[in-house]
Parts: sequence; C-alpha cells; structure tokens
Amino acid sequence: MKPARFGYARPETLGEALALLAKHGSDAAILAGGQSLMPMLNLRMATPAILIDINDIPDLDTIADRNNQIIVGARVRHNDALHSPLLTASNSLLIHALPSVAHAAIRNRGTLGGSLALADPAAELPACAVCLGAEIAVVSQRGERVIPASDFFQGLYATALEPDEMITRVAFPLLDATWHVGFDEVARRSGDFAIAALALAVKVVDHRITECRIAFAGVENHARRLPEVETALTGSLIADLPVRGAASEVLTNVLEPLEEGQYPTSYRRYLAQVLLDRLLARISRQVHT
Amino acid sequence: MDGVLHVLTAADLDAVCRPWTCVSRSFPGMVSPEQRPLAKDRAIYQGEPVAIVLARSRATAEDALERIEVAWNELPAVASLSRALDSDAPLVHPDLKSNLSWQTDIKTELADVTFAKAALVVSERLVFARKTGVPLESRGVLADYDATMGSLLVHISHQMPHQLQLHLADFLNLAPVDVRVVCNDVGGAFGIKMHVYQDEIAVCAASKLVGRPVKFIADRIESLISDVHAREHIIEARMALDDSGKILGFDVDDIQGLGAYSVFPRSSITEAMSALRAVGGPYRFDNYHASLRAVLQNKTMTGQYRSVGHPIACVMTESLIDIAARKRNEDPLELRRRNFVRADELPWVSPQGARMVDLSHERCLDKMIELIDLTALRLQIDAMRAESRIVGLGFASFLEFTATGAAGYGRAEIQVASIDTVVVTLEPSGEVRAQCSASEIGQGIQQGLTQIVADAVGVRAENVRVFLGDTAAAPHGGGAWSSRGAAITGEAAWGAGRRLREQIIATAAALLQASAAELDIRRGRIVDIASGADRIGLDEIARIATFHGYDLPDGTSPQLTASHQYGREADPFLPTNGIQASLVEIERDTGIVRLLKHWVVGDCGRVINPLLVDEQIRGGVIQGIGEALFECCRYDEHGQFTSGSLADYLLPMAVEMPDIVVGHVETPYSGSLLGAKGAGEAGTCGAAAAVLNAVNDALAPFDARVSALPVTPVSVLYALGVITDATIQ
Amino acid sequence: MTIPSEPTADITTTINGEKISARVPIRQSLVDWLRHGMGLTGSHVGCEHGVCGACHVIVNDKVVRGCLMLAVQVDRAKVVTIDARNASQEIRALQNAFYERAALQCGFCTPGMILQASELLRANRNPSRDDIREVLSGNYCRCTGYHAIIDAVETAAGVLRVEMPA
Repeated sequence: MKPARFGYARPETLGEALALLAKHGSDAAILAGGQSLMPMLNLRMATPAILIDINDIPDLDTIADRNNQIIVGARVRHNDALHSPLLTASNSLLIHALPSVAHAAIRNRGTLGGSLALADPAAELPACAVCLGAEIAVVSQRGERVIPASDFFQGLYATALEPDEMITRVAFPLLDATWHVGFDEVARRSGDFAIAALALAVKVVDHRITECRIAFAGVENHARRLPEVETALTGSLIADLPVRGAASEVLTNVLEPLEEGQYPTSYRRYLAQVLLDRLLARISRQVHT
Repeated sequence: MDGVLHVLTAADLDAVCRPWTCVSRSFPGMVSPEQRPLAKDRAIYQGEPVAIVLARSRATAEDALERIEVAWNELPAVASLSRALDSDAPLVHPDLKSNLSWQTDIKTELADVTFAKAALVVSERLVFARKTGVPLESRGVLADYDATMGSLLVHISHQMPHQLQLHLADFLNLAPVDVRVVCNDVGGAFGIKMHVYQDEIAVCAASKLVGRPVKFIADRIESLISDVHAREHIIEARMALDDSGKILGFDVDDIQGLGAYSVFPRSSITEAMSALRAVGGPYRFDNYHASLRAVLQNKTMTGQYRSVGHPIACVMTESLIDIAARKRNEDPLELRRRNFVRADELPWVSPQGARMVDLSHERCLDKMIELIDLTALRLQIDAMRAESRIVGLGFASFLEFTATGAAGYGRAEIQVASIDTVVVTLEPSGEVRAQCSASEIGQGIQQGLTQIVADAVGVRAENVRVFLGDTAAAPHGGGAWSSRGAAITGEAAWGAGRRLREQIIATAAALLQASAAELDIRRGRIVDIASGADRIGLDEIARIATFHGYDLPDGTSPQLTASHQYGREADPFLPTNGIQASLVEIERDTGIVRLLKHWVVGDCGRVINPLLVDEQIRGGVIQGIGEALFECCRYDEHGQFTSGSLADYLLPMAVEMPDIVVGHVETPYSGSLLGAKGAGEAGTCGAAAAVLNAVNDALAPFDARVSALPVTPVSVLYALGVITDATIQ
Repeated sequence: MTIPSEPTADITTTINGEKISARVPIRQSLVDWLRHGMGLTGSHVGCEHGVCGACHVIVNDKVVRGCLMLAVQVDRAKVVTIDARNASQEIRALQNAFYERAALQCGFCTPGMILQASELLRANRNPSRDDIREVLSGNYCRCTGYHAIIDAVETAAGVLRVEMPA
C-alpha cells in the first residue's frame, strides 16, 4: 500500500496554487488534510501526477462572522471548528455534527473544504452544508464563483468543482433564535461513516414550523434537500404526530437509497425515518421547555 | 525498471522449494491438494500469491506490479459453504470429484433410540461467519540466505520458530541446524501466525534463489485477504432431555468451510474436531452423534485461530440450553447446574472420549451469581423492561481444552512439538539466564517464566533473564499455541530451575563443607536453613566455579547449567472451565446491540500472574464479542473478497466495548507440579455464546430470535419484523 | 535503499528536539520515513489507511496519523514521537500507568494509544471513562480489550491532577 509516484508542490500563495491547478487540471490533487486523499493514494485508487499541498497558503483557515453569515475558511481543521467560540456561540449545526466526524487525530488534520470537495455520500459535513444552504466559494485563475450547496453536490463523489478550481471558504447563514438545529447519526461504531445521518434545521414560530430544511448523509448517493418532506412538515405544529407520520411516509417514497452490499435499502429507509422522527421529537421538546 | 531486481513465478521457485500437501493420519482420506509458494497455472482463491517482485523498496515493487500483465482465464468459482456441496457446484480443484475434503460420522450406540424416545428434543440451526484474527502487527518476514554457509536466517513475526525451522529446512532442502528462525517482539498472533503461508515460504525461497536478504511485510489489505480465516460453519444441533430436565445427549451436524486448502501442517479440520470434542461442554450426558463434512471453497484457507473451534461448540451448546430452559419454563441457570458434571463425578470421560478432570463448574456458577449479584441484577432488568427497554442477560458455561499433549498431533503423524525445553544457567555474575522454547506473542509468558525460574532457583525475578522465540535460544519446543505457556513451558522451567538449584547447592555444600540438606537458596543467597544465616552469594559461587575451580574440593565438578524437557504424559488435552455473562440492550429503533456489561469467572488452575491472566481473559472476551457482533470475512458468490479494508471488516473499538469483570476459581491440575492450565483463550471461548444468549434473551419477549453470527442491526430488526426484506449480507 | 530515479525533496525539521536535515522520497509517508529513514521505530504501521492509530505522531503539537502525512510535509515543522527521551509529563505518567496496570500485551498499539491519550490529558485532567473511550475510539487494540487501557489513562489522570495540575 505505497502510493504511485507523484510530483509535489507547496505553493505559498493562492495565486501559485491556482496557476498549478490551471496547468495540471484533473492530473492534480489538492492536499489539504490528506485524511481521505492519503488512503486513496496508498491504495492507488488515486494516481495524480502532482499533489498541490495548500497547507502554507495564508487566509484559508479563519472563522469570522460577517453579513449575518459565519465564514469558515476551507482549510479550517475539524477540531478547530469544533472548538471555535464563534461557531459554538451561534449554536452552529457544525458543532452538532463534528463530534461524529471520524476520530480525534483525523479531526486534527481533516478540513472542511476537503470534506466538501470529496463529497463522500456518508460524510457529515456535506449534509450540514446542504441543510443550511451554505454558499461555497471556489476560485480558479478564471475568477471566483459562489456555488450554493444544493448545486454543489451532484452525485456519488461528484461536485460542481471544475478541475482547475479549489474551495476557499464556506459561508453558513447565521440563524436567529427562532431556528432550531439538530444532527444525529447511526453508525456501527463511534467515528464510522454514517449508515444514515440527518442534518435538520427548522424555524419555529408559536410552536409551528414555518421553514424546514432537511438533508441526509449516508442514505443516498449525495446530500440533497428533500422539498417534498419539508413541505409536508411546513405549517404544522412541531409536536404534531400525525403530520410527522405523514412526512415520514413521504420520506420513504422520495428517498433513493444507496445500494451497497452490507445494508439493504429497506434499512437505510427505515433509519432515515427513525432519524427524522428523533430529531423532530428532540426539537419539539426543546421548543416546549 | 529502476530498482526492480527480479520477478519470480512458480517455475523459478520450483528450483529451490518443494511443494507441500497437508496430510493427517487423524483424518484419513482428507483431500487437500498440493500447495506451492506461488500458484502454478491455477490460482484458487483471491489472495493466493502468483508472482513475487523483488525490488529495492516496497513502493518500487508495487510500481512494478503495474507492469505485470496476468492473462487471467476466469473459471467458475464457489464461495458459499452450502452451495459448495451441490452436485453441480464448480470444483475448487479440477482433479477432484467433489468439494468434499473429508467427512466423518461418530455415534454412540444408543444415540438414535435415545433421541427418538426423549421427553424433549430442542434444536437449532446456527450459521457462523468467517472471521480472522487481525493482529495489529501484520505478518512479516525477513529471510537471509547465506550461500557461502548454506544457512538461512529468518526474522519473522511468528508463534513457532522451531516448527517453522523444520518446515523451511524440509521445503528448501536444508539441514534444520542450518536454519535459524528468530521471532522477537511479535505484535499479536492469536493463532494467525502459526501456519505455513505461501507468501512467507516464497520469500524464503526467493532469498535462497537470489542469494540476497528478502523482506516482505504484509500490508493490511494483504493480511485481511490472506491471513488464515476461521470459524465458517453451518451447524444443525439438537439436544435431548428427559422429563426431569437431565440432558441425555447431543446431536450435531457440522458443515465446515475449509477454503482452498487444508492449512499446513495441522489441517483445518482440527477446528471442526476441536468443536465437536467440546460439544456438551460442562454437562454430563451419555449419548452423542456428530456428523462432519469439511468442504473446499474458492476462498482463503481456514485454520487455527484463538480458541480453535471451542466458541462454536459453546455457542451451540449454550444456545440449546437456553432454548430448553425456555421450553421447560425454568431458570436456565438451574438447568445448567442440574446437568454439570459434578466435582465428585470427576474424572469423567465424555462420549467424545475426552477426560474431564479438576473442573469446577458449580463453583464457577456460584461465584458468578455472587459476582453479578444476580437477584439485584434481575430486578434491575425488570425495571429497565418496565421502561420498554429491550434488555437481555445471557450466560455461557464453557469448557475448553488447552495445552495439547503429544497425542494431539503425534498420532496424526504431524510433527508438532507439544513439549518444551528450558535450559537455565547461573551466569558468572550471579544472574540466572533461562533459554526457553516458548514464544512471547504479547501473552506475557516471558514474565511468567521469569517468575517461575526465579522461584524455582531461589533468586529474585529482577536477576532472571528469559530468552525465547529463537531456535538458537533453546532446544526444540512448541512455541505459543493452545494456551500452553504456563502449563507446559512453565513445568519445563520449574523442572530446570529446581535442578539448577540442586546443582548450585551441591557446589555450595562442597565449598562450605556443609551438607546439601542444610542449605537453601533465598533471594540469590545460600542460606543455612536451621539458623537462617547467610552463607554465601550465588555470584560468589559462580565466580569461584567459573574462574577459580582450584578452590573447590577435588571431585566437585560444579554444574551451573541444568535443563528440563517437559511433555505431559496423561491427558492429551487439559480441560479448563468457566462461565461468562453478558448484559445487553437492543436499541429498538436501530437494531444496534449495546453491551452494557460482561463478566467472566474462569478456572485456569494455578494462576502464576493474576494481572496477566485477567488481561488475557479480557482481550479474549473482546475477540469473542467481535465474533458475535462485528466481524465477518465477506465474499461475493464468485469468490471476490469484499471486506478487504478496516472500513469494511469491523473490529471492536473502545467506545462499543464494555468493562469486563473477572473472577477466578483455582482448581490446580493434579497431573503437574505447578498445576497451571491454559488461560489465554478462555475469554474467546465463551464470549460469543454469552452475547448471543443475551441478545436472544432480550428478543424472547417478542418471540424473536437470531441464530447467525455476527448478529447485525439488520438481522435484529429482521427478527423483530421491523424490516421485512431478506437481502441480508 | 536509495533508488536514483525516485523523486525526493529536502526537508529541515525538528524531531524530538533535534534539528534534522534530510532528503526524503516525496511519496514516503511520515511514519515510514521516521521508521526507515530516521530509525525511530517506536511509531508502528498497522493499516496505512488511517483506521488503526498505531502510527500516531505529534506534529506541531497535534496528534496526527503518521500514515496520512507525507514526510515532505514536516518541512519546517516540529515532530515529536514516542521515542522522545524527554517526554511530556502526560506521556511519562501514561507510560508508568500502562506498565503498572499491564495495559499493554504485545505493545504494538501502545505508542499510538499513549500519544492520543496524552493529548486528552493535556486538555482535560479529569476525563470520565466514557471520555477516555471516546478519545481512543480511533485506536485499535487486539490484545487488551481496552478495559486495562482505560484504567491506566484514569490512573495517569489522577497522578497528573495531584502532581502536575495543568
């Protein structure tokens, strides 16, 4: 399990990195945390001609609030995000999800941008980004564009990133106190990829759901919003059980679960329903206390 | 290609290495085709080595792999155990008529009629998945053939240096004395590292062929796919009882998955026979029928792995016990107690011909009941159930045969040493050096032997050094397997130490002009027994004997080295016993089984080092839990291995594992001086059974049951009727 | 062995307090370079896909998987391995506690466990058993079954609370 040969560059500026990306395109791989890339290199599942190590580029790992958003740099390490006073104070969905991401040593290196760019169907952060409607800023030598999370994740390990682009930052909306967020995951062991996980955000006014945002991880081949389920819940009382049941029915109909050896699609569908129910119940309890 | 030195195939290695075939007198007619270090013409299982690339670095060798084109001609394969016996199943080996490697049928005279007339017969079909050992240090070997001397030096992560020495000499046409095998610091073994592996032999053969040192460290992918697998069985088991709840007998049909070859030299079928020998475990019964079919498959070969076969016997026996108790509406512990072989009935010979001696089933059960505070625990469980929690308590009373004696493999004409030799020497400095044919694989035998030698001679443990794991360290012996360290090597160490003690005292007596009977050795000093007076240090005696012999009376002839070879003469298998308990909770909405707590009460005879024994038990339990809930070597129907990384092959990790309470009963083995029995595998022996029984106890109120290992969240929800589609792994 | 055509890079780094300049194969992992290039064999290789934790190393004061970093990446970085002579007080306390408690058997997972646990104890001098299990969730042990390891970390935490409060 030793990787094939590759070239290595460690640009000190974003411009240099983008020049390299422009030159090599899909023959290059970006090395940020390396927690997903290195195993793929070791297994020779990835054989880039060159690694572009972006760990020295300044201004990619800040967390700041601006314009009712929290801007998280692409190279922010998971553990730094987990301990961020800003994210904690704003009760960010990320704080709820990050403890489920891998293990301590991996969180010391793994990055937000890396997780989003890989778009592993069972990864937690893409689901959080989609749920919150994050805006993903990507740059290339051709300029910058901002891609809404819902457009960013397109399929199994497939994103809207062009070969010459890299993520620089992600903007998460700052949700006011009427919003309640929740994250829950089912995995065989702590730190495993999710068999099913749910990122949920609901706006509750007078005990009624006025807005609802749902995205699963692990269940389908990429994270996406589920408008039919959201619609089924919007307008109802947060504690309304029949509505919850109806939404659950809708859920099981709209899902296209991943076909993957170990777990039958019926199990993933079932877990999706369990997680939706759990999180709605949890938020309902929060709202009523 | 820069840095690539050789690419070798079967034809190249044929020049230096002979093929080998597993043969056992105990399994006459067993079919196991010839094996070579590299597959010739046909590769039979995914993971079978086909070519070897020698390069200056592992990375370069892997680069070279990409340049090798194998013209594969894909043949039909059979992976599934049940399918392999079908008349139209693809043949694993073309010159055979079927995939049946061996079969046997053993029946006591009255078995059929007893079952036909029994008041109650309970039965179950159990499916056990393949699993493997996954020592954290993968297999690895560095072979260095010296053409000038005609000698081979092998550093290898292995359990049995002397055993391997014989095989290498045999295969590579060398004299055993010219082969040295060194096994330092083995990073876990669990039986995985006691077998003859094609890749390891290929490395040694390659070194002989090219005349240079060759190193191979299996990476994790290679390990998972080619390390010996184990435990793939389909069992149909029945137990007959009379109307008072006494067990009349057991009836077992066992289909065992061997993989592509029967493992060399011990034979994979030993696993099934170990299981069949242990069926019925701690219970007294007269009737027995066992039918075994050992089946070849296009999969990695299976073989001995921690507790070899016993967990299967324990799961089947203890599961039937619980089923019977439920049918009879009685406490499963009472059913067990009623049927234990009682201490006053020992020695007792089981219908399988195994002699039961020095066992303590009832005392262990009593101790367990006390340890778990059964009454309080049952109330606690009732309270949890009243809150709609799905909770279960399961027990497994286990019997395990350890420290295999000479008859085990000897009668099979398989040259596996069941003896050990220890040589002890008083060094000129006064320290004691012990050279042992044991192997340290993490179980702590080096520490145990240090204590035994120190006590036997009369010196402090800090002044003893134990050398082992090296064919040059000690004469031939058995290494590490079958939990034999304390029971066998320990006896050899004790004997050698006592002999050395006598010899030192004889020299001291001559020097001090005293009688040997008046002297003792305590903490490295010669002491006058009557007065307690310190007479002289061992270092002084050694110094005089080694450098100033003229100071000793004529004819003293000091002997500062002693040895003892020990092989147990009675009891081919040394039985041990114990009982385990598992408390589990099933998460209703996910099917995940949570382990709340686990207890073990074990009797391994005289405990030499309590701390080390407890930790062996704990580690063993976790492997058994892995078997019950997590671990599975998965193949698709074409023999493609699909659990080839640690993301797919699920190992027990810290968060999901319970604390384990360990208690002891000590019934020394009456047939040896130290009385120690095997302890290293006991945890694994009973853990899966306890967990499965706990899961089924939790599911019982829902009329649900699981009988396939590993128990998965999907199988639990399927049993509960929550999921209805049956596409389960 | 050096292979002339193997691409290399020159790095300068600090390992266990010592400044080192070296030429490393670009594709060589940090743990492989430490073991084979530097002879520091205390870090072990168990899986090379980031699952088992045997390869833990401390880079710029954070515990990382040595199999998931390249040697070339520690240029200008500070590296601490289990081989360090002047270990941190957390590592020292853990080593003593592991030994006393027999929390190691074959020892292969032990360096990785100790480094990960030391990071926990640096931040939290009073972890619960659940906290300890959670932090060690990514460290595989096949020998001990984890129970003794959790005990040892608890003991080390106790010693540190008394003797070296953070």
